[in-house]
Amino acid sequence: MIEARNISKSFGDFRALTEVSVSIEPGRLTALLGPSGGGKSTLLRVIAGLEVPDSGEVRVEGRDVTRVPARKRRIGFVFQHYAAFTHMTVWDNVAFGLKIARTPRDQARQRVTELLDLVHLDGLARRYPAELSGGQRQRMALARALATAPGVLLLDEPFGALDAKVRQELRGWLRRLHDDMHITTIFVTHDQEEAMEIADEIVVINHGQVEQAGPPDQLYDHPANEFVMGFLGPVTRLGGELVRPHDIDVSTGRHPAASEAIVERLVSLGFTTRLEATLADGQPVTVQLTRAQAAELDIGTGDIVFLRPPHPAGAAAGLVPASRPGSARP
Amino acid sequence: MADLPVSPLGLRAPAAPGYIRTGASRAAAGLGPGVALLYLSLMVALPVAALTSTAASSQFLTALTAPQTGAALALTVAEAVATAVIDAVTGVALAWVLVRDDFPGKRLVNALIDLPFALPTIVAGLVLLTLYGPGSPVQLNIAQTRAGILLALLFVTLPFVVRAVQPVLLAVDREAEEAAASLGAGPLTTFRRIVLPAILPATLSGAGLAFARALGEFGSVVLISGNLPFKTMMASVLIAGQVESGDTAGAAAVSVTLLAFALVVIAIVTGAARRLARRHG
Amino acid sequence: MARRLLRYGVLAYLAALLIVPVGMIAYRTFGHGLAPVVDALTSAGALHAAYMSILVCVLAVPLDVVFGVGAGILLARRRMPARWLVNSVIDLPFAMSPVVIGLALFILYGRGGWLGGWLAAHGIQVLFNWPGMVLATAFVCLPFVAREVVPVLEELGTEQEQAASVLGARPLQTLLRITLPAIRWALVYGVVLSAARALGEFGAVTIVSGNIVGQTQTLPLYVDEQFGNFNPTAAYSAGLLLAVIAILILLAMTLLTRKRAREHE
Repeated sequence: MIEARNISKSFGDFRALTEVSVSIEPGRLTALLGPSGGGKSTLLRVIAGLEVPDSGEVRVEGRDVTRVPARKRRIGFVFQHYAAFTHMTVWDNVAFGLKIARTPRDQARQRVTELLDLVHLDGLARRYPAELSGGQRQRMALARALATAPGVLLLDEPFGALDAKVRQELRGWLRRLHDDMHITTIFVTHDQEEAMEIADEIVVINHGQVEQAGPPDQLYDHPANEFVMGFLGPVTRLGGELVRPHDIDVSTGRHPAASEAIVERLVSLGFTTRLEATLADGQPVTVQLTRAQAAELDIGTGDIVFLRPPHPAGAAAGLVPASRPGSARP
Repeated sequence: MADLPVSPLGLRAPAAPGYIRTGASRAAAGLGPGVALLYLSLMVALPVAALTSTAASSQFLTALTAPQTGAALALTVAEAVATAVIDAVTGVALAWVLVRDDFPGKRLVNALIDLPFALPTIVAGLVLLTLYGPGSPVQLNIAQTRAGILLALLFVTLPFVVRAVQPVLLAVDREAEEAAASLGAGPLTTFRRIVLPAILPATLSGAGLAFARALGEFGSVVLISGNLPFKTMMASVLIAGQVESGDTAGAAAVSVTLLAFALVVIAIVTGAARRLARRHG
Repeated sequence: MARRLLRYGVLAYLAALLIVPVGMIAYRTFGHGLAPVVDALTSAGALHAAYMSILVCVLAVPLDVVFGVGAGILLARRRMPARWLVNSVIDLPFAMSPVVIGLALFILYGRGGWLGGWLAAHGIQVLFNWPGMVLATAFVCLPFVAREVVPVLEELGTEQEQAASVLGARPLQTLLRITLPAIRWALVYGVVLSAARALGEFGAVTIVSGNIVGQTQTLPLYVDEQFGNFNPTAAYSAGLLLAVIAILILLAMTLLTRKRAREHE
């Protein structure tokens, strides 16, 4: 169990973290999710020991490690821009931690071979980082971080610098790797889709504070506040409530709980159709329909439709009182 | 960590992360900057401070207004200005030929440009005297003349402008030049309107460095100039002479003046080059 | 054609200023055959001067390496205060006449100087002795290593060093295994430039050494003295030796530049 308690950290006038508390369960894959500059990378670096917090403490298995230097924390860290040792071959990069730990030669050799196999770089051991693609470099960085069998794996925007296709591949691959190894993993991302897809737990961080923590479904279905709701998926406003566009019920018949709207535009997006409408009070609203639903409604620009939020009782569109902040578990 | 567990996959993490609690070992990190700054001050700042203090505590103005000193300073500045101006022209021409022209042996010529930096200055003076000194095989004796000093200064400052302009010239957008040509501009107009604005900042900073170097140059001029007071006595040679005759205070006064002049000129030239570069984008 | 005119004009300028004079000294040196040259270079004065030159170079260049790498590591940390101060001090020797540098040390370590009196009382003779010559040379050559190394270190940043520390490396291990190897070419380049300058340093060493024949005389000082004593063969021989060393250094730098360029591809 990794705990960060009341962590604050400033850089000059900039407050990166304010009284942040997070607990990370062992063996889980946790995402620190939030917009750029929100403080999530700083939190990761505090956990790694690369930054010393101004106040607060980091505890691992109950022990205070706040002032233990990074090199003694037995962590694997993957940097956003790989931090490849440019003057070393792929092999020497991966073997670096083992050399520092004075691992016996054949043991080290066996381990590097296994790791390069694992990250599919076995044919490229003699290459230099400059001769690798971005995705290959990131996999090398991962193998390097795993070489010393760290207790925790920390990844700072691991796929941020890669193009969309490679990103998608590496995501699935990281999830499978984690399922094989069960190593406690924390990764930083600003991409909610990435967090939703592979994380067991998500900690949403904004303006240096934790907005909400919990499993992806819980955060999506029961966001603690509008920021979390908006950050985790598309939203639109209906009757003063923030709702998901696909949760809105559309009908052509009048209904007591429904708001009247005029259709401005229908945009076909393949499987889904986006309905853009204007409410009676002039507010725009967006609804997501399946193509079949759209066909069934048989509406066009200028038609009148009736829009109903998912919970007619007005249960605030899924907004529930904030789950205990600072806990990754509900 | 020496007994690393190597399972078939080799990657299973130990149940408890082996964090070790230690005292602060970060003391060393704070020591680095302190040591470097101390080193800096011992090596550089302290001698310069001592020089300035000596100059200030002596009769600074009396030392400077000695007629011989005034003449030497005036000659030095004039020679340095002439050097910088000639270097600016020849340096741009050399850089142009080395970047845009092609001829056999170009790479050798390019490498030779740096020779004045590698050659000891006293050897530079000696070398020039063998060709342009007494008994010159080309019947040209410029020893003990102001032209001789200029030649020596041009020799030792040759690389400054060339090496400053070359990379900029390489980066000049050839398409802009072609566009100018396609709009009817002749080669000279294209150079003046397209290339020159681009290389002007680099030329200026190169010439500024050449000026500073010429201002303080000693080794290459000491043999050639003959060191005739009021005629070919350069400031650096004057300072050396004053030290030799025990007039440390006078030498310090001339030195500080020379240094201040170099710093002011470098600051002005660097500022101008930066402003020009910004305007050019 | 204008292009040809420019090309030949420029080459003629180079020939008159640089190439022919340097060739001429070789011609003059061997004007009376090989024997006088060998005699001149193996004379006690020349040999001792060569020894002093090498000694000063070997001691001064490491001082500049320590400073250059230290300053580079400092400046590469973005949150470093007094950045501009470090930068200006690095460049200061470029703005100073070697004679002025010599004089500054002469005053500081002289009998009435801030440090000279104390050092003399403890039996340490800096002026007219090798320590002063080393200090003067190190001062003059100060910018060369720093100017080469600083931009490379700034570009390198600190991420690789952080990665090494996370992998368990102690600060010294990080320096030796990550930082220094990453800047090795810049370092070699800077060392070569410094060594060239150190071997040829004349003005600053003239002031602090006192030019004592057989004691504090380096090769450039020897050239000057022999020329003044109307012994041109000795002056030309030592001068040619220095010129040959300069050309070899130039060759080394050219090869280094090419190697560096290839590695950066």
